[in-house]
Formats: sequence, structure tokens, C-alpha cells
Amino acid sequence: MLKPILAGLCVVTASVFLWTACSYAPTTAKAAVKAEKDRKVAPEFTLKDANGQTVHLVDYKGKVVLLDFWATWCAPCKVEIPWFMEFEQTFKDKGFSVLGVSMDEDGWSAVKPYIQDLKVNYRIVLGNDQVGSLYGGVDSLPTTFLIDRQGKIASVHIGLSRGKEDFKNDIINLLDAPRAGARVPSRGALAFFTRAND
Amino acid sequence: MFLLAALSPSLRAQTTNVLTVAPSEHVTIKRGASADVKLKLELRPGFHVNSDKPTDDYLIPLKLTWSKDPLQAEQVTYPKPQMEKYDFSLTPLSVFSGNFEIVTHFKAPSSASPGPVMMNGKLRYQACNNKECLAPKNLDVAIAVDIQ
Repeated sequence: MLKPILAGLCVVTASVFLWTACSYAPTTAKAAVKAEKDRKVAPEFTLKDANGQTVHLVDYKGKVVLLDFWATWCAPCKVEIPWFMEFEQTFKDKGFSVLGVSMDEDGWSAVKPYIQDLKVNYRIVLGNDQVGSLYGGVDSLPTTFLIDRQGKIASVHIGLSRGKEDFKNDIINLLDAPRAGARVPSRGALAFFTRAND
Repeated sequence: MFLLAALSPSLRAQTTNVLTVAPSEHVTIKRGASADVKLKLELRPGFHVNSDKPTDDYLIPLKLTWSKDPLQAEQVTYPKPQMEKYDFSLTPLSVFSGNFEIVTHFKAPSSASPGPVMMNGKLRYQACNNKECLAPKNLDVAIAVDIQ
């Protein structure tokens, strides 16, 4: 009678131990980003933000950039915006920025009330077909590019992602990657830091 | 009538990557009289368009508009929308999907010249599937009308 109970306890204890060990292990972001050798340079563009300031993509070189093509009429885009706001907040001091490119035909009259309504905390610029073409047409929204510190496209997400973890893992992976010409940091340090702050 | 059809490609089915508007039936209308004309639409499976009265102000409604002459479009009637829930929406959205029809009530002015004419219109729509949305489009539509 005692043996099955003891065996059961052992299984439960082992499971708890394994779960605990895994929970505190440094996160290894899944390899959703392309290998560095396969990345292409993100096309340069010059667009205006909501304050009329000129924004050049090249200004962001050295940072990991989440470039989100979206529109006010795109309901799936609305799901992702709070995720991106969270990423901006969490990673902005670690060399990360979100840049939203609105593809609204009606311009700022449509976009400004929307971003004020959602209290968007990252920079929004007004896109156009020319910029869309540079990025392969951007036929459907949302389309989101993750750009590495060298200004190269590391991953592309088309359509609503399965969850914010898809992006988060890629961002951590890119932030954690050694900078060009820099000493190699301890592996997984940022991933561990982020996990610990979840 | 043949000449009219040959000159106007819009009498053929109008197709975009997700929406097809079937060629309209031949319409005969007497001067001073009215007629209902159906526009038959078909959406690619998996896609929907917002209805004429979307549930969110930011969504782009389906809208059919007609030129002011030679007929007068007195009323455009959309079908009853479906309320559908998608992965990206917390609440059901008012949409059209599959096959549906929009009916326009036309009136021929008493002063209209008899003979074959074209009525030109524009269909504005914005389509999405469960994960992504396509840019809003304006599709040219036309119907051949014989005014008697």
C-alpha cells in the first residue's frame, strides 16, 4: 500500500524539481531569426512622424528595430499594438525601438486620434506605397520586420502572430547577439535578465 | 448592345484577388419607371469584408455608389450582415462573406433619352481573413441598361 504512494511522491518530487530547474534556466530564444549571412539590408526610407519630424531608418542603426506596417482599419494590427508598447517599455534602454509605419490613405487625420486613443508609446510614421514596395509590397497587414543592430532584416512576421512570445523571443535573440566588433558578452545574459523580470 | 459590351470591359465579371462581382443581368427600364438591380458578389473562402455598418468606427464599411446619370440610384440595400468572431476580435464583427447580393433601386427620369446606356459605379471594400487584412479597394462596376 505504501509502495505506490512513495513511488507517486517520487514522481511528483522529480517533476517539481525538473519544472523548477527548467523555469530558472536561461531562456534560449528559438531560432526564428535568419542566420546573419542570410539577412538583407533593410531598405532606407525617410518619412514624417506625428510631430512632423523627419525620420530616417538609418538613424536607428546600432539598435534592434521592430518595424511594424499597420493601419487603423486593420483589426489584427490592433491586437499587436499593446504587445509592441510593452516591448518598447521593457527593452528601450537595451538598444531597442519600435517604429510603426501607418499605411492609412487618410493620413494623420485618421492616425492621430487612433494612436492617442490607444496611448501608443512608440514612434509612428506615415507610410506610402513607395516605402511598402521597398519592403516587398506589404500586401497584407500587419507585416512586421525585425531589424538587427547592423540594419539588416532578421525576421518577417506576416499577419497576426500566434502570440507576443514569438516577437519577444526574436527581440531577445537579437539584443543578446554580439555587437559587430564588440567583445562577445556572456551568453544568454539578457535573456536571463528578461526572464527574471517577467 | 453587343457594341456596348465590347466597349465596356466592366460588363465582364470584375475580380480582385479576393472579390468577384458577377456580370450584371441585362436591365430594361421604361422612362419614368423604376427597377431593382442585383449586384452579385463572391468572396474567396476564408475572407470577409466589413458590412455597410461595421461595429467599430475605424473599420471601413462596404459601400456601393453610382454615377448620377443616366439613371437615378434611389436606394442601395445591403444584405443582413453576419456577426462573426475572429481570432483578432474580442467581440463579434459585422461582416459579409461567401456569396451575397447588393440591390440598387434605380429610377429612369422621364426626360431620359431612350436607348442602350451604361450605369457606372464604384464598390469600396476592405477584406480580411482571420489573421491579416488587405488594403481597401475601389472596384469599378457597371450595368448595361436599355431605356425604353
